[in-house]
Amino acid sequence: MINKDLNNQSFPSSGGVRGGVIVEVKNLVKKFPVGAGFFTALDGINLQFAEGEFTGLVGPSGSGKTTLLNIIGSLDVPTDGEVVVLGKSVGKLNARQAAQLRKEELGFIFQSYNLLPVYTVFENVEFPLLLLNMSADERKKRVLETLEWVGLSDKVNSRPAQLSGGECQRVAIARAMVKRPLLVLADEPTANLDSVNSHNILKTMLKLNNELKTSFIFATHDEKVIGYLKRIVRLQDGKVVEDVFAGRKTTDDGQQKMESSKS
Amino acid sequence: MKLVKSAFKSLLGNGLKTWLNVFVLSISFVLIILLQGILKGWSEQAIADTIKWEIADGQYWQNTYDPFDPFTLDSSAVVVPTALQKGVEQHLLEPQLITQASIYPEGRMQNVFLRGIRPDQQLLDILSGKLNTSGTEIPVILGAFMAKQTKLRLNDIVTLRWRDKNGTFEAAEIRVVGIFKTTVPAIDNGNIWLPLAKLQEMTLRPDCANIIVKSPAFQAKDIEGWKFQDVAKLTESTTKLVKTKSAGTSMFYFIFLLLAMLAIFDTQLLSVFRRQREIGTMVALGMTPRQVVWHFTLEGTFNSLLAFAVGAVWGTPLILYMVYKGVSFNMDANELGIAMADTMYATVTPTLVVGTMIFILIVTAIVSYLPARKIAKMNPTDAIRGKAL
Repeated sequence: MINKDLNNQSFPSSGGVRGGVIVEVKNLVKKFPVGAGFFTALDGINLQFAEGEFTGLVGPSGSGKTTLLNIIGSLDVPTDGEVVVLGKSVGKLNARQAAQLRKEELGFIFQSYNLLPVYTVFENVEFPLLLLNMSADERKKRVLETLEWVGLSDKVNSRPAQLSGGECQRVAIARAMVKRPLLVLADEPTANLDSVNSHNILKTMLKLNNELKTSFIFATHDEKVIGYLKRIVRLQDGKVVEDVFAGRKTTDDGQQKMESSKS
Repeated sequence: MKLVKSAFKSLLGNGLKTWLNVFVLSISFVLIILLQGILKGWSEQAIADTIKWEIADGQYWQNTYDPFDPFTLDSSAVVVPTALQKGVEQHLLEPQLITQASIYPEGRMQNVFLRGIRPDQQLLDILSGKLNTSGTEIPVILGAFMAKQTKLRLNDIVTLRWRDKNGTFEAAEIRVVGIFKTTVPAIDNGNIWLPLAKLQEMTLRPDCANIIVKSPAFQAKDIEGWKFQDVAKLTESTTKLVKTKSAGTSMFYFIFLLLAMLAIFDTQLLSVFRRQREIGTMVALGMTPRQVVWHFTLEGTFNSLLAFAVGAVWGTPLILYMVYKGVSFNMDANELGIAMADTMYATVTPTLVVGTMIFILIVTAIVSYLPARKIAKMNPTDAIRGKAL
């Protein structure tokens, strides 16, 4: 369970004003070789994500949401088109530059948590800061603050195997947030969680989004997540079929309609 | 530093598997040091004993003298050159006359080398002082192995037959006045020592010698008709033999090392396969695939660091025992043809230890790197899902 005082706590902010488009997807095509031919996972995607968004890529399995998330996260490259993340064209980055982008600006949350099993909770959360060459004192301060914020101060020395699924995902959130990234990419973050834990995790992320203006992009088909989203990009067969904001809707024919705000 | 810390934690996280690998590797580590130490100790002991018993600070050989060709003994027995006479008088040089002969212990004929040495010489450890005895028989001393071979004991009298410089056969009785125990076969096996002056008289070769042993106090110089053999040259065969033995022995620890390396390779391979999610996550968190390769290579290489620590714990008492108490191989040095003490002590130097550590470290790093290379070829998105391999 998440710390019940969560809503009264304030996340340690790195400060700074944020705003503007942080991700721009232009005519994105992604194909994977299958046998003698290719499978088109993404087919001419055009999207923009502004700073501070809480967006979900929604669609059935095979619709291309994880592929899109991976390309935005510079873990994969486009076959055609361009994806610009924080001013950097993902397809043009070399391995070192892509790693630099992930290390400094992006946070990842995975369906299976992907915690490093031999590390303690503290060490798992500390890992991204180690890569940033932060001083030991600063690392410790940040890790403890972040763990306190996600309500895991009492699990600092536990190993992932000793934690529940919800706790593991909170560690994963802490690991993604500890370096104060501009953008967090979450792939089915609630898929392995029960209803109560899912809502708590989503509240945690929403709080981060509201307080820090950290942008979140989810890949999900979980209805519980959809209820929290400020924007829904619906994908089907590698194409955007619907792009719904908390106040308006853009359909694939380019027309915009007003929608009620999600709560 | 971050990679080092992280790799070390991951290695320890592997639990029992890590410690099994480490233990096998530590056996190789200790074994290499131990066996090399024994061989080094043997080599040093063999050379030291050879210096003490046979060659001192080097030898002058008459130009035609060949220790492996008995037919050169006659031609190489010449008068000690004038330039060396003073050194001989000052006992800085010790001439030795060598000739062939035969003895007849228990009625059997046995060929021997007669070696004349001055009884009052101090250069070599041979108990030549015992030759200072009077009696009707010629006093001789011999090594323990020779005594065993000829079944001669102290005060035994036996017939000696030899030829003088004119080729005339002579015979006389000799008495064993001393038996010395040495680790140097060259002065024991097949040799009978008697007073130089007596041998010169017996062979009608006054003032003659085939070789002249030099003291460190005597400055070596070029002498016409003689060639100087320094210690390095005279111990060359010992050094080569030990090197050959060392190469042979290395097979032994090579097998242990191979076992350890196979275990590490296997663990690394399994690790890369089993920990794909971890690898993908590390990349997602901002490591380059190359850094992850380094991470896994370091992780494997740290097996050797742990092996050094574990090896130090159980190997140090063993090595210290070998250094200070030694080990007896229960072999006769004369059968081996090289100086070999009853008890052999290991000589373990910092160079040997550090050299072995560096060697194992490099081999382990290579073995760890090979499976880790696969990581660089992994698609991180597949790795995150555990489906890259």
